[in-house]
Amino acid sequence: MPEPLLELRDVTQVYRSGTRAFLALKDVHLTLAEGEFVVLLGPSGCGKSTLLRIATGLQKPTSGVVLYRGEPLRGVNPRATIVFQTFALFPWLTVLENVEVAAAARGLPPAERRRRALEMLDRVGLDGFEEAYPRELSGGMRQKVGFARAMVVEPELLCLDEPFSSLDALSAAALRGELLELWHSGKISTKAILMVTHNIEEAVFLGDRLLLMEKDPGRIVAEVRVPLAPPRRHQTGEFRAVVDEVYALLAGETQPEPVELGSAPGEPGRVRALPDVPVASLAGLVEALAATPGGRHDLYKLAGDLHVDSDHLLRSVEALELLGFVTVAKGDIALTPLGGTFAGAGILARKEIFAARLRRLPIVRWLLELLEAAEGGRLRGEVVARALELQFPQKEAEKQFKVIVDWGRYAELFAYDDATDALYLETATRATT
Amino acid sequence: MLLPLLDVLQSVPILSYLPVAVLGLTAFLPERLAVELASIFLIFTSQAWNLTFAWYQSLITIPGELREASIIFRFHPYLRFRTLELPFAAIHLIWNSMMSWAGGWFFLMAAEMFTVGARDFRLPGLGSYLQEAANRGDTRALGWGLATLVVLIVALDQLVWRPLLAWAERFKLEMVESEIQASSWFYEALKGSRVRSSLWRSFAALDQWLSMRSLRRSVTAKGKNRKLSHSMFYGLAVFFGVLLVFGAAWAGKFLFSLPGSYWLLIAEGAGATALRVAAALVISVLWTVPVGLLVGLNPRVASWIQPAVQIAASIPATALFPILVLGLLHLPFGLNLGAVLLMLAGSQWYILFNVIAGARTIPQDLKNTALLLGLSWKQRWRILYLPALFPYLVTGAITASGGAWNASIVAEYVHFGGQRLGTVGLGALIAQATERGHYVLLFAATLTMSVVVVILNRVLWRRLYRLSEARYKLG
Repeated sequence: MPEPLLELRDVTQVYRSGTRAFLALKDVHLTLAEGEFVVLLGPSGCGKSTLLRIATGLQKPTSGVVLYRGEPLRGVNPRATIVFQTFALFPWLTVLENVEVAAAARGLPPAERRRRALEMLDRVGLDGFEEAYPRELSGGMRQKVGFARAMVVEPELLCLDEPFSSLDALSAAALRGELLELWHSGKISTKAILMVTHNIEEAVFLGDRLLLMEKDPGRIVAEVRVPLAPPRRHQTGEFRAVVDEVYALLAGETQPEPVELGSAPGEPGRVRALPDVPVASLAGLVEALAATPGGRHDLYKLAGDLHVDSDHLLRSVEALELLGFVTVAKGDIALTPLGGTFAGAGILARKEIFAARLRRLPIVRWLLELLEAAEGGRLRGEVVARALELQFPQKEAEKQFKVIVDWGRYAELFAYDDATDALYLETATRATT
Repeated sequence: MLLPLLDVLQSVPILSYLPVAVLGLTAFLPERLAVELASIFLIFTSQAWNLTFAWYQSLITIPGELREASIIFRFHPYLRFRTLELPFAAIHLIWNSMMSWAGGWFFLMAAEMFTVGARDFRLPGLGSYLQEAANRGDTRALGWGLATLVVLIVALDQLVWRPLLAWAERFKLEMVESEIQASSWFYEALKGSRVRSSLWRSFAALDQWLSMRSLRRSVTAKGKNRKLSHSMFYGLAVFFGVLLVFGAAWAGKFLFSLPGSYWLLIAEGAGATALRVAAALVISVLWTVPVGLLVGLNPRVASWIQPAVQIAASIPATALFPILVLGLLHLPFGLNLGAVLLMLAGSQWYILFNVIAGARTIPQDLKNTALLLGLSWKQRWRILYLPALFPYLVTGAITASGGAWNASIVAEYVHFGGQRLGTVGLGALIAQATERGHYVLLFAATLTMSVVVVILNRVLWRRLYRLSEARYKLG
């Protein structure tokens, strides 16, 4: 086997907040050979963007090595570039200047950099837009500038950080096709592509090899080779089979309840974080499942039918598993009897069912016990947020607080007053106002 | 570390620097030159902190991905400065320069003609001309001087600031086209001219040279340079540390030599000045909120009133002050009233600008909803306008209160036509101490003012600011 272009060995990233350390990435191994298009696929918060930054040398991992052509990487890799999710164009430079400036940084003489920039703009189809400012362009066009800028320096390794996720669906589809056209044409100097995304269909459409990631801690859990020859089509059976397989791997299997629920904060064992999904979204998914006969669904089909992106769907499914409304096995999802009852219930009955299920979640139980022990059944939200920070990294702790408050308010287990930052049991007397 | 330092530096009343600078410079320079430099130094200090602050603030708010892009594309330091940092800070810097410039005019009179101890200094200039005219009670001369000043201010606005703002339009970070754009006839006229193209060429050549230099340096000197700058940094840190310790010891000794009765005077003065500042702020808020709202809600009115207000704001009230005092002296609390009025003149504009800006950002949807719900005027104020304006009001008031404290030095103590008039106040104490060359008192009073301003910033303004960010931020 030839020497890989890029190799990551035992890469671990630890973030410290106060005295606690959180693992953002744990023991990641990754190789990228010439001619490969590899996709890092996983839920938000699994550290895939961090991994991309480590691979390019923008960030130094806490431990582990990054090898480029067998040499340890020092500083930023001069042979790599990134296409950013938010384009990261300089708004005060024209399209042409945005591309030129990348060439200027490499010390090319003015005439040469202009020639190259024009050629690259021509190749991505931006002829005629040279003098336009980014704000005059649509999202898809802006990202084309992003691609042109990345490729004008003739990188060997092209890194894509969710480049299509802030575009509308049609522009994204068009741009994906054009990227593949450039990549397969062999006319660009790029030797390998490393892309980050949370969109399963996109990953299967583009990648030769998919590395599936999980969070807490961020790690690579599976590898899927996509055996499809170009051009790939979304509607074919082979394509759907791969998508189905990826869904099955990422959604996992519903575990027995004690494993699924995890432990409460402060207790031994893994504390299960609540997925960040609004209650309305959960109710919507349960209704959609109940509306079709049989009650079993392929997850990938569900994503297509409901027009939701795979990341959002998987998070909602995870939440419903936690609540015991659905079970998941081999990429299929089925409503439980309880889930069926919930779907058929009226507004108030739904709240009761939801509340009963919520009380079983260790993290909710923990919060209710705290509130009951507190004077008058009320606590400052800040106290709870601090306690959560002992369990989760700061950003995640904020998110958890938000989700618990959202779910708890809906279930009417407790109320939260934003103005006074007071969290209190619904049974407790309201503050006199 | 930089932010608290700037906070403190900004709080030191600039007029207190004057005697220090003058005496320091006259020690080794010819007097004319020394006084000139001191005057420039004074006006410089009134602007430098503000601009440093703006620059620093801009740097830390550069979006992460733009920064990462400049690293991954390996921008050398000069390229990063030119394509990222300077454009990003440009608008902020220009606005702050305009503000600082107006502040400079405000202290012009004090900076061009003053007495330190037994010595009388004056510089040829519009400031000293106006002061002399006021001293002699020559209203005709005063009128001509003021007219000149207004013409100067308008000309600068049209020939310097407007073109700069119109040019800086391109550095707006927004990715959407905005409807309000700064424009300038002078800039448009310059665009096609030969002057500009030749200027442009020389800029381009300079740019090319700097760029090559920075590129070569970043290629050749890697690692070695960093070590050197590290040791230099530590050297400087130690140097300043030692200086600070000695300075503090000296200052302590110096302060202890001030009799207790003076401290009582300072405390009393601080209280009086604080009350005046509060009064000036309350009056400012009371009139600027309704007026600013009215202007901001009518884009058509705003488009012609805003430039007029800008010009009015930059006319230094200090120039009118002597006349004002002359008129007010006969009334009870005349000088008190005059002092508050001058503070008002030095601070209300900041609030007005911010309120207008705030009113312009109230979303049309919310205004429509208020109309559809049939809310009464009172309800609209309480539910929509006041909450929406609150963050802007706080921002404006922070700057305004700083301005008012600073203005107290010129506002509480005047002498003209051979008379010396002063009221109880920290500003009056500083002004008197300067005039009499009572340096311990000057130092103690200045220190007190800085401490009071910093404490107010920390305790009051910062909290209000956080509250406004958390609760009243639209969108």
